[in-house]
Amino acid sequence: MKSSKISTVMGKMIDTQKLVFEYIRRDEEGNVEGITRAVDGVDLKVEQGQFIAILGHNGSGKSTLAKHFNALLYPTEGEVYVDSYNTEDDDHLWDIRQEAGMVFQNPDNQIIGQVVEEDVGFGPENMGIPTEEIWERVDEALKAVRMDKYRKASPNHLSGGQKQRVSIAGVIAMHPKCIIMDEPTAMLDPNGRREVIRAARALNQVEGITIILITHYMEEVVDADKVFVMDKGSVVMEGTPREIFAQVDKLKELRLGVPQVTLLAHELRQAGVPLPDAILTRKELVEALKKCR
Amino acid sequence: MLREITLGQYYRTESVIHRLDPRVKIVATFSFIISLFIAKNFIGYVIAGLFLALCIKLSNVPPKFIFRGMKTIFFLLIITMVFNLFLTPGIPLVTFGRFQITKEGLRLALMMGVRLVFLITGSSLMTLTTTPNNLTDGLEDLLNPLKKVKVPVHEISMMMSIALRFIPILMEETDKIMKAQMARGADFESGSLMNRAKSLIPLLVPLFVSAFRRANDLAMAMEARCYRGGEGRTKMKPLIYKKRDALAYGVIVLYFAAIIASRVIL
Amino acid sequence: MSIIVNHVNHIYDEDTAMASPALIDVNLKIPDGQFIGLIGHTGSGKSTLIQHLNGLLKPSSGEIFFNNEDINDPSYNKKNLRARVGLVFQYPEHQLFETDCFKDVCFGPKNLGLTQRDYELRAYEALKEVGLEDEYFYQSPFDLSGGQKRRVAIAGVLAMKPEVMILDEPTAGLDPKGREDILNLISDLHSKLGMTIILVSHSMEDVADYVDRIIVMNKGRVEFDGEPKEVFRHYKELEEIGLAAPQVTYCMQELKAEGFDVDTDVTTLQEAKQEILKALGRC
Repeated sequence: MKSSKISTVMGKMIDTQKLVFEYIRRDEEGNVEGITRAVDGVDLKVEQGQFIAILGHNGSGKSTLAKHFNALLYPTEGEVYVDSYNTEDDDHLWDIRQEAGMVFQNPDNQIIGQVVEEDVGFGPENMGIPTEEIWERVDEALKAVRMDKYRKASPNHLSGGQKQRVSIAGVIAMHPKCIIMDEPTAMLDPNGRREVIRAARALNQVEGITIILITHYMEEVVDADKVFVMDKGSVVMEGTPREIFAQVDKLKELRLGVPQVTLLAHELRQAGVPLPDAILTRKELVEALKKCR
Repeated sequence: MLREITLGQYYRTESVIHRLDPRVKIVATFSFIISLFIAKNFIGYVIAGLFLALCIKLSNVPPKFIFRGMKTIFFLLIITMVFNLFLTPGIPLVTFGRFQITKEGLRLALMMGVRLVFLITGSSLMTLTTTPNNLTDGLEDLLNPLKKVKVPVHEISMMMSIALRFIPILMEETDKIMKAQMARGADFESGSLMNRAKSLIPLLVPLFVSAFRRANDLAMAMEARCYRGGEGRTKMKPLIYKKRDALAYGVIVLYFAAIIASRVIL
Repeated sequence: MSIIVNHVNHIYDEDTAMASPALIDVNLKIPDGQFIGLIGHTGSGKSTLIQHLNGLLKPSSGEIFFNNEDINDPSYNKKNLRARVGLVFQYPEHQLFETDCFKDVCFGPKNLGLTQRDYELRAYEALKEVGLEDEYFYQSPFDLSGGQKRRVAIAGVLAMKPEVMILDEPTAGLDPKGREDILNLISDLHSKLGMTIILVSHSMEDVADYVDRIIVMNKGRVEFDGEPKEVFRHYKELEEIGLAAPQVTYCMQELKAEGFDVDTDVTTLQEAKQEILKALGRC
């Protein structure tokens, strides 16, 4: 095994170095049909406390990449460090999974408990936390996502957004440094999406937890510290939301869109209105238009 | 809607029986079932009946809820009784042509009927007063000694609670797929038996695909939350015996003794 | 030729303690050839409503007429109705079951009792219509991408040649390009094949771009019913019931408040662009 702590990567929450992930496709008889490179040479650094968004169309490799951050998948080539632990270091597997929690897409398929509070306690139970402390952690986690009212409820009776907040609480109860959210809003309605994003942002700002949000809803990444855009397994764009959204045409090529306001500003600019690059909010648009009068 | 269906039909209320440790309730239910087969005479059944009535009273579950479960076995009950009534040889009481009711038959039919009713009532009382979750916890703990002979007790109980969690979800999914196929002209209700079996394919294939996908997702979610089997795992809600549980065990022993006495002495 | 919903009520679990009304006195007239957006948040009754339109659910009271015939009349042919009022459920790819896409699309028309030649022809046409490339016709639907699967599932309903097509959130879970493709496909079904379309959606922007009428459901009732610009005029009421107007409508409101001479009835990006350019005196 490689040594787990490396001085050059200290301080980084997530650090991937030339990460490649390949899987072998097989036909029905189990013969090898070919090799698919789902992640192709990704160098991605995430600092403690950041709010990061990873964008990409379906099949761009973003979910595969995310599963490396929690040691659910291991690189074919290259390395992944989570808080300076190499994910291939078996001795720290459980440290990695505790520090980098994960929330998945389908709200129904990640809740294990039949009662909300029991589901939130599932992670701490696995970690061998003493009973009394589990209760403290569950209380605190449910409050953090404002689901304490529903602690005795059955998950089956909750809305999609509420279920996702329970899943987030389940991760928080493990006291992670980082939460990776793999398209947590893809199956939710607009209200549910708002609830989840609000919870994620609060955790980032109040608790200082690093958030990695994987999504294809552009509206959700406007407030991120940094955005990575993936295509065909590689990171093809990287920058602040403003830098990214300035490139409307390139995003369209990558099967992505921009928020409607940004698109309106873009079209107005093409029609000759002197607007600045990458307008992200309505307020910005109105202010900018006032100057054009 | 389908989501409302919970297996075991837990009845939410406050009562001594609800508060009892699930292990006590499981042991009590099993003792009660065994006692029904030990009791051989009228007095024995009266004791069992009184014991059951007392438990129902203490449970605060409205009796109509308990007897609702009886509907499903009503048919079985009638058949059992009819068979016993007519097919037991002995001293004839009434004769209809080739059939006759014997004294032994009447006795046996009544006994079987009472036994079956008590058995169902007793076990539904357990499921009505214990959440499925609690029940699996209790079972896991009671079966713990089997771990020594390599029975994967923790895994079995985890599987049971996951199954309980997903049954309503899969039921709802079944309903949805069924409707989706009906919207494509599928007919699940008419035709010959063969045709009907065939018409289930468009329902079962998607259901299995979905169940596997869910299983896969769930396994990954559990792993991501540090699940690694029962080893080193702590409990959020450990089962701890209280004074009332000891008392309940005492009552069970007394009851059991009374049943044995009824058989030996009378 | 039309669908008429007349004083329809629907109560789930009637006669039990859990009885809950899902539809309350719903009255609608859906004439031929309209493109309708049905909006409302989760639990507003919109899914319950669309299942009534092709007879999958029966109203607790009230009637539904399709081409002047009561569809819940015991003598009415429901199978025939379901062929004429096609319903595509949410995540329709979850209903795929055959070994290849072509066979799966054949399932619907085959159930209508057509000859093999006819149903295969229809399946072929439907797959062409949804734009699935020929190379995937004989592949297992489970090997396709999410967007392709959804096309195959839509083709499965299309192959029954419905006059009315109801789609429950056909873009859920797809990426932006996938969403646009599906919406364009639906728009083609309306403009080229002349189908009546009822599109259930959460996205106000999508709805505003495509439809000519919006029905807003809330707590089992029809709250608003009209052209997009009429409905979105009520953006404040829409917000109260957990919905919103398209982003550009808000932009116009804000510009107006700042003294720009713009029409606040704008609901699409192109309209907004024209209005702003006009207000700036650039066209």
